[in-house]
Amino acid sequence: MTDEMYDEEGGPVKKFLYLNRKAPYGTIYALESLEVVLIGAAFEQDVSLLFMDDGIFQLKKGQDTKGIGMKNFSPTYRALEMYDVEKLYVDKKSMDERGLSADDLVVPVEILDAAQVADLMEDQDVILSF
Amino acid sequence: MKFGILVNEGPYTHQASDSAFQFTKAALEKGHEIFRVFFYHSGVNNGTRLTTPPQDDRNIVNNWSELAAAHNLDLVVCVAAAQRRGIVDPDEAKRNSKDADNIAPGFRISGLGQLIEAGIQSDRLVVFGD
Repeated sequence: MTDEMYDEEGGPVKKFLYLNRKAPYGTIYALESLEVVLIGAAFEQDVSLLFMDDGIFQLKKGQDTKGIGMKNFSPTYRALEMYDVEKLYVDKKSMDERGLSADDLVVPVEILDAAQVADLMEDQDVILSF
Repeated sequence: MKFGILVNEGPYTHQASDSAFQFTKAALEKGHEIFRVFFYHSGVNNGTRLTTPPQDDRNIVNNWSELAAAHNLDLVVCVAAAQRRGIVDPDEAKRNSKDADNIAPGFRISGLGQLIEAGIQSDRLVVFGD
């Protein structure tokens, strides 16, 4: 931790990256990752979310889960702003491969190429990969 | 160095918990400190004492319990993930009116804040899973 930061109470502030790589349904990883993000927000760390691979689908507009009997939790991503979680990134290659664009997503995101993804990861103190 | 460990997969179905155990054991033998081992997703299944593997196989749950006893390890099972998957300690059993508990020796049930704290307090948080 070269340039360590501190919050108002003097506790350490670290850079946390949540790396989301899996589709929203089919496995529970995406939902439980979001639960960590929401709980973790109370700790006032420097939080970023990166969506790669099928993780891009977590942000897809128009999700309809009635047929599989599961809760559609995609509206929660729109609430992240209220938790001061505002740095949302998507991997351009993953998005292109799936024929998606920023217009297809429920929240505004910053699109990163492979080199920028590498820089983002390099810059973190903690990476939680789900 | 001070390590935090995150285990995201259950025993036997995935090598992640074996790898996490071997890493934790090796780190301790090398004189490193383990701040906490946090069990999330199906990783919470590492913490049930009802596990009964074949006699000629390793007992992953007992391995964790024995390592915890030998090194005073903090083994924490996520409460939300545990409730979904039926991992119960005596307090949780009482609170949710269950007729039994199954938490293994050396494990305790607590919240996701314990994972974030491990990320903040450790020099490295190592994630075991897919």
